[in-house]
Amino acid sequence: MSGRWLLRRVLLIAYTLFIVSLVVFAITQALPADAAVVILGQNATPAALAAVRVRLGLEDPVWLQYWHWIWPALHGNFGISMRTSQPVAPAMFAALGRSLLLAGGAILLMLVLAVPLGLAAALGRGKPIDLFAGLVSYLGVSSPEFVTGTVLLIVFADRLGWLPATGYVPLGQNFLAGLGHLILPVATVALVLIAHVARMLRSEMIDVLASDYIRAARLKGLSWRVVLFRHSLRNALLPVITVVALDVGYVLGGIIVVEEIFAIPGIGRALIVAIEARDLPSIQAAALIMAGTYAVVNFLADIAYALLDKRIRYE
Amino acid sequence: MSELLRRLLRTRQGALGLVLLAPVALAVVLGPALAPHDPDAISFTTRLTPPSLRYWLGTDEFGRDLLSRILVGARASVPMALGATLLGTLSGAVLGTLSAYLGGRADEAIMRTIDAVMAIPALLLALLVLSTLGGGAEDATLAIAIAFAPGMARITRSVALAARQQDYVASAIARGEGGTWIVFREMGPNVIAPVVVESTIRVAFAVMLVATLSFLGLGAQPPAPEWGLMIAEGREYLHQAPWMIIAPGAAIAITAIGFNLLGDGLRDALNPRVDR
Repeated sequence: MSGRWLLRRVLLIAYTLFIVSLVVFAITQALPADAAVVILGQNATPAALAAVRVRLGLEDPVWLQYWHWIWPALHGNFGISMRTSQPVAPAMFAALGRSLLLAGGAILLMLVLAVPLGLAAALGRGKPIDLFAGLVSYLGVSSPEFVTGTVLLIVFADRLGWLPATGYVPLGQNFLAGLGHLILPVATVALVLIAHVARMLRSEMIDVLASDYIRAARLKGLSWRVVLFRHSLRNALLPVITVVALDVGYVLGGIIVVEEIFAIPGIGRALIVAIEARDLPSIQAAALIMAGTYAVVNFLADIAYALLDKRIRYE
Repeated sequence: MSELLRRLLRTRQGALGLVLLAPVALAVVLGPALAPHDPDAISFTTRLTPPSLRYWLGTDEFGRDLLSRILVGARASVPMALGATLLGTLSGAVLGTLSAYLGGRADEAIMRTIDAVMAIPALLLALLVLSTLGGGAEDATLAIAIAFAPGMARITRSVALAARQQDYVASAIARGEGGTWIVFREMGPNVIAPVVVESTIRVAFAVMLVATLSFLGLGAQPPAPEWGLMIAEGREYLHQAPWMIIAPGAAIAITAIGFNLLGDGLRDALNPRVDR
């Protein structure tokens, strides 16, 4: 990994974040709702509306409005919520923390389940385990989170009563209760990830096992175990890093839905509430934080891939 | 075309996908004619009836027959998903081809910008666009199309560039073929195949997005029998009438699995060197 390659990646992530902020700004600026009307209500006098517009900077040129938004945002200040009249940033970052817990749990669960599943499917190609893995994959990628989440809710919370239905308890307050509330949402988000990663790992493993260096390792007399775990799995797992990083996009989408179903006060729910209330600063903050997180995760995944894969020599 | 169908049916995924999609297509074409009851008929004496011989999938909180609503609802959900994918694919293909055609720095700038826009997850982008457009079925379709366009542009561009480098294009140029011939007869079929495969798989994603947006209250509006909306309405009766959620949920999953399988089958059927 050369310095030039790293510099290029850093410039690209900076450009990505810039474009993301422009898109978020452009889309939300086109919101039909007049922020001044949202704040003062329908019955406000024209003079009062005009005064609020000037105070909010709505009469400024667009590029200046963008600057007045992005510069404080870069310093962690996203303005005042139109809905709660409180600063947006502290509430958003607290919500992000809860969402990251959910996302992290889902990725962890995925690794625990998807790697053995993909491995077993590759080794038992065409056998029942492979068909089972295929079925899980198709079900996982074809069931939207709001369906799987609600069905899990019906089965495990309503019918069996094993787990609490909705709500959120901080882990620091009551660890077991908090964990109980997280299981169903985490499982819901993890399902689509398991589907993707198990499928990807299966096809990678099949390619790797058919490769010359695995044959060489076998002919050298190395045990099947060493060949399988030391040689094959390590190489098959590399592309999985990229898939997982790209899947963080699905995780973020899934979080929006899952937090809505299970009433978890995370950033996805904050976004939906903000959209319903036409709370512009909160919409912008939530969208920018989510998309920014995704961009940064993919940047880190690129670096991790380059560090782990000795074959890559960029430029 | 019949050759393609034969090859498609020979792949396990393609055949299974067609089997799953046949009833969906039937519901889209014949929907209201197949419905055993009036999908909008309100009857308070039969509200929240479990599945039975009279109501195969049960009834909802207004006593409306769920099977009829799902059959008629196919006309809302599936064409929306197809329309959104088609629109997103076409605009993405134009952008991707343009970028490949321009080449050089313009291509680089367009593609880096598209990569950056793709840093916004599809559901988030669709939600943002929808929050501006206002919501409703047409706006949801447009929002999904916009969310799909960057990805399709990237795929079209890479496929077009790869096709341009092929030996058969070079030999066509050497034979002295005209530009139109090369673009439509030599490159065209090889560009269209992967794009069709990708957009078929995306229809599955669009079906889920349409339903998700309606579920979140930003897509189709009541009393439309849209599948995602039906699940949102059923959430209140989750304890008394879980069939209100399971029936439309199964409809969404079957449609999405069908398009996913069809896409995978098409990929194998269109690939002359298939051995997987």
